[in-house]
Amino acid sequence: MKNCDYQQIDPKVVPTYASPSHIGTRGPRRVRRKWEVFPGKNRFYCGGRIMMAQQSGVLPLTLGLILVTTGLFFIFDCPFLVKHLSSCVPVIGAVLFVFVFITLLQTSFSDPGILPRATLEEAANVERQIDSSGNSSYRPPPRTKEVLINQQMVKLKYCFTCKMFRPPRTSHCSLCDNCVERFDHHCPWVGNCVGKRNYRFFYTFIVSLSFLTSFIFGCVSTHLAMSTTQQKHSFSYPHASFLWFRVMFELVICFFSVWSILGLSGFHTYLVASNMTTNEDIKGSWSGKSGDVATNPFSHRNVFVNCCSVLCAPLPPSLIDRRGILPVEEESAQMCHADIQLPANKNQRNMVGAPAHHPLCLKPHSKLKAELAAAASACLSVVKVWLSG
Amino acid sequence: PFVPQTHSLQDLRQQAAVAAKVFIQRDYTNGTLCQFQTKFPSELETRIDKQQFEETVRTLNNLYAEAEKLGSQSYIEGCLACLTAYTIFLCMETHYEKVLKKIAKYIQEQNDKVYAPRGLLLTDPIERGLRVIEITIFEDRSLTQ
Repeated sequence: MKNCDYQQIDPKVVPTYASPSHIGTRGPRRVRRKWEVFPGKNRFYCGGRIMMAQQSGVLPLTLGLILVTTGLFFIFDCPFLVKHLSSCVPVIGAVLFVFVFITLLQTSFSDPGILPRATLEEAANVERQIDSSGNSSYRPPPRTKEVLINQQMVKLKYCFTCKMFRPPRTSHCSLCDNCVERFDHHCPWVGNCVGKRNYRFFYTFIVSLSFLTSFIFGCVSTHLAMSTTQQKHSFSYPHASFLWFRVMFELVICFFSVWSILGLSGFHTYLVASNMTTNEDIKGSWSGKSGDVATNPFSHRNVFVNCCSVLCAPLPPSLIDRRGILPVEEESAQMCHADIQLPANKNQRNMVGAPAHHPLCLKPHSKLKAELAAAASACLSVVKVWLSG
Repeated sequence: PFVPQTHSLQDLRQQAAVAAKVFIQRDYTNGTLCQFQTKFPSELETRIDKQQFEETVRTLNNLYAEAEKLGSQSYIEGCLACLTAYTIFLCMETHYEKVLKKIAKYIQEQNDKVYAPRGLLLTDPIERGLRVIEITIFEDRSLTQ
């Protein structure tokens, strides 16, 4: 007869596990989605389809500057330049503006690559493994783990908030209170973290923004140059002071933007080519210490391959499944989990906008969840057959 | 043989009681690609063959590698997406999501054929944030009857 050795589990740790066949026998409840009990400091809109950081930062300012500058360009400079230069000026401007606007919204509203927090059982499992690794010093053992990645030792840190060892290149953002994969930085200008999932949107945004600002700068300078040479008396018009004010405003904004955004684009192009994140560059993770020649273990040693792997790799899925329906027992477990942690910011959830069925918001992942739930209940029925047999 | 019930489930009317959960962790030796360790956990020794388990994990690893593969198809998709300012991601299913569906089907098939008959249940790693493969070990009631 087989001798079954069962692992001792601390009864205080494992929550009561109700069989999933009892879902739906509790009576009618409002369908709750996972974004409503999300433990991080994020805000969700449009039924969980749009997410942002808790503080929108200076995103309104970014949007305002882009819209106002581009608007002034289209209203005042385009008619002149279409007449005197070429009619493709507004076309190029429009294309660049559309690129900038769409990628900005995508960077701000998408999931940067947040890692969901460990479940209670996982956390208990990890805690047991840390305790059993036998550190008898009087200080609490440092919660790090060394792994060998591409023949190089990399330290993984334990995240006390998310209760797991962070995967390599993952960092915990204190503003959003989430662990983000391939964490680059938290950008106040877009009001969101920049991580694995939205880095390509961010990169396209800053590159197209640098093109847009350079283009507007060039056009406004051309307009100014052409109008002063062609119409010497143009500034005696009644609205000459407004013209000067507008031109100066556009030039100043564009001048500063061009240098700062171009510089940022150049910096991020360097990061993409060497497959590094801003976080790693600032911390000097791969710059080598005490005589060790440490290199980036994630770099493919080829600029082209690095660029492709960062910008053209398949877009990873969102791991937090914010539109998924919350199962009943998981909801109560989450509530307990949230209570054990710091008080969750459930009061600050903004349920803005009626969740009308938006065709473009359809995510196949929610269908996947329904299929998985059905599959899980089917398997449990097989298990019951096995046990009764 | 008498098996002491150490978990908090005291309801004997439960037909499927969870005895333990085993977590297969990620394997980072090749970087941040999603791969799981093929080391056979000791808790499963009495329930399933080592080869069977390793084959399951290896197939899953191959499927995840296929999802994240950098090939000509992913480059074309990436460039096309960039040209449309990534708006095609709102309308189209990405390559990764297609492979995730394949993985879900494979796990369901494995559960049906291999794991559920042995009183085990695999949880799709996507439900655990691609951190672990959670294997639930159900209590062997045939021994306590």
